[in-house]
Amino acid sequence: MSVQGVVVVPRGTLGARVGRGVVDWIPAAAVLVLGILAWEGLVRGLDIQRFLLPAPSAILDTLWERREELQAAGIYTFTEALGGFVIGCTLAVLAAIVLARFRSFGRALMPFAIAANAVPIIAFAPITNQWFGPLEKTSKMAIAAILVFFPVLVNTLRGLTSVRPQSIELMRSYAAGEIEIFRRVRIPSSLPYLFSALKVATVLAMIGAVVGEYFLSSQEALGFQIRNSAALFQFELAWAAIVVASVLGILFYSSVALVERLTMSWHPSSRAD
Amino acid sequence: MTTDAAAVSITDLSKRFVRGDVLALDRIDLDVQPGEFVSLIGPSGCGKSTLLRIIGDLIRPSEGAVLVNGKSAHQARLDRDYGIVFQDAVLYDWRTVVKNIALPLELAGWDRKRRDTRVREMLELVELTGFEKHHPWQLSGGMQQRVSIARALSFSPPLLLMDEPFGALDEMTRERMNNELLRIWQETLSTVVFVTHSIAESVFLSTRVVVMSARPGRIAGIAEIDLPQPRSPETREDARFADHITQVRRLLRKGHALDAPEEDETPLYVAEEGL
Amino acid sequence: MSSAAVARPIVEPRSVGLLPALRNAGLSLLVLAVGCVLWEAYKWLGERLELTRPFPVNGRTMPHVYDMVGQLFEPSRRNGPLLIDVLLDAAAFTAKEAAAGFLLGAAVGFAIAVVLSESKLLQRGFLPYIVASQTIPILAIAPMVVIWVSPKLPESLAGWGAVAVISAYLTFFPVTINTLRGLQSADPRAVELMRSYAANRWRILWKLRIPASFPFLFTALKIAAPAAVVGAIIGELPSSIQDGLAGAILNFNQYYITSPESLWATNIIAAALGILFFVVVALAERLLVRRAPENVA
Repeated sequence: MSVQGVVVVPRGTLGARVGRGVVDWIPAAAVLVLGILAWEGLVRGLDIQRFLLPAPSAILDTLWERREELQAAGIYTFTEALGGFVIGCTLAVLAAIVLARFRSFGRALMPFAIAANAVPIIAFAPITNQWFGPLEKTSKMAIAAILVFFPVLVNTLRGLTSVRPQSIELMRSYAAGEIEIFRRVRIPSSLPYLFSALKVATVLAMIGAVVGEYFLSSQEALGFQIRNSAALFQFELAWAAIVVASVLGILFYSSVALVERLTMSWHPSSRAD
Repeated sequence: MTTDAAAVSITDLSKRFVRGDVLALDRIDLDVQPGEFVSLIGPSGCGKSTLLRIIGDLIRPSEGAVLVNGKSAHQARLDRDYGIVFQDAVLYDWRTVVKNIALPLELAGWDRKRRDTRVREMLELVELTGFEKHHPWQLSGGMQQRVSIARALSFSPPLLLMDEPFGALDEMTRERMNNELLRIWQETLSTVVFVTHSIAESVFLSTRVVVMSARPGRIAGIAEIDLPQPRSPETREDARFADHITQVRRLLRKGHALDAPEEDETPLYVAEEGL
Repeated sequence: MSSAAVARPIVEPRSVGLLPALRNAGLSLLVLAVGCVLWEAYKWLGERLELTRPFPVNGRTMPHVYDMVGQLFEPSRRNGPLLIDVLLDAAAFTAKEAAAGFLLGAAVGFAIAVVLSESKLLQRGFLPYIVASQTIPILAIAPMVVIWVSPKLPESLAGWGAVAVISAYLTFFPVTINTLRGLQSADPRAVELMRSYAANRWRILWKLRIPASFPFLFTALKIAAPAAVVGAIIGELPSSIQDGLAGAILNFNQYYITSPESLWATNIIAAALGILFFVVVALAERLLVRRAPENVA
């Protein structure tokens, strides 16, 4: 890791830093605007049937009209997702730490972790409903937690075990024990991997909650809203609820990404390039 | 530091790696006196890095004995009797320069004040005052190595082990770092065991150059470098400098260093030590 | 469903030869056995102590493992075929949809990645939406996809074509993200070398970037394979397809009170299908991709 010359972190003005970040987003914003306009145009121009793809304007209207119930449903579902996220990630990180410590154990279980990840989540929904009751939030939290557990475990374990041998040799030269090595080297160097996994977990947790609700749930839930309104042919409302679910997922993802940016300012991926 | 014991005493040392059934070192006998600067030079795969790591108790020998500072290598490591510098600076990105240097001190349980004072002294020693809050990636290769050296010396170990520390640097930076290292050695009076590929570097820095043969590693010969101390950049222009270089080169040739195939022993000891 | 944007491709240590493979298989069976033992132990303990947290433990919530497996060899309904026959038929049906969806999604994902790799502008413009597409609950969109796609398909595909599309929807994302990373992973010096041979953009793509992306591609395919199965099962629900695993799950969910083992047995088969897809791709990877061993601790 040999950098020629001293690289000084630009302590430029806040405006300059923000400005550069904003410019990066212009293409995406452009695509969004063009996409929505095209959508609106197509729906009106080709007179596409309502239930396939309502016009954005219709969806926005419905979002506004029904904002209170949509907001309540969104919060209800989000708490399920958040609960599942916290439980699943905590368990996964703890498991990863244990498996990193007892390496052969970890090697034996790895194929299982990856294969268990392959189990269709659909299979779990009826079971958690039976365990916790379909109207309870816990049944959906459980689905979210299960969905989240394995990706976080696999990625965190990978991060904990991807340390340069010389780093370990260095710590041994200081007569550091396994615990010290863990604390001072493995855990900090696994943070990039952990955050990568957490970001994916946010999306999975939301999806888990909504999918779980689709099967059978309280009427207050977003998934129920989507299914119910679709069944009643109220497609603008269904799409509005879908938009809420999607936006919540994106916000959840972005907040974790923000935390990552703040805590890992030292990492190559967040430096200027 | 015990006075009449050798700093490092290696007796009849052999190392065989199980994987690949490789005899890396073959009956090495070597004594390093306190205050000496000894270089280990030889072709790739001759076992010099392995030997260095055995001295540091990072690899176990198959046969033979190693005493460091009069104790077993294992005890010496637990007592933190040596500091080690690798070719890669191995600094932690998430720590500033100050925190990187303080790492061994934290592990040794020094309190905050004592740590801060010592780190400041070390930064002065390696001439990096002013870079306290920098992160490793903001420094050049040479500067990173200086931090690595500061860290290795932070707890004033009597012995310094260095594994091709300047190998990744360009020639000019390398010469500058050599001058720096000599200055630091003269200030701290530690014993140094220095692994290198460069004949000129070994002659410039050392009091003795130990030349190793191609695998299996044996000592092909030892060159006493009687150039005057303290050395300076002008020493390179001394006529005897070139003679010593020739002397080392002849020993390398004797150990078949110059027609040996290239080998890399890193994967062997990484696998063996379960790192 | 599984993780999408991994930090690096997951590389398992390559054990060459039969003996290590057998040992790994033996280890896996051992772990499975331990899992079953833990299940039975928790059940035994839970029933003795009458645990109600986190969930009540009784014969309905936790059937015996051997009952679950045994149920496979019972008739699925009075005077009907064996459960295992029913489930294997359903699994085969779903597998067909999943395989089609997997291939479709992998192809589309790869193509999108190739297009995006050539232009940073396109990436900035479209990647956020590709990522956002996965935040839309597929289950919600599925009915609409079915209504939209089915009429457009030829007669032979009409039943399950839409399901394959939904399966492809879940497949393409990990393939796109990982392939894109793989296409961009070529050593800049290798690219410079190609330029020195006066290779044009397409040649560089074909001869350098695409081969360089294979390890990443296969990592993605291993993630995408089970996702394709999940997508297929989800897709069957709104299509009112009875012949697949989704139908079986819904069916036995209804009869859970009388026969909880049947639902669990169904889940075992569904899990096995997902794992089977994964294993097939992993084997293909072993055969097709050569990777340098890693040097990490």
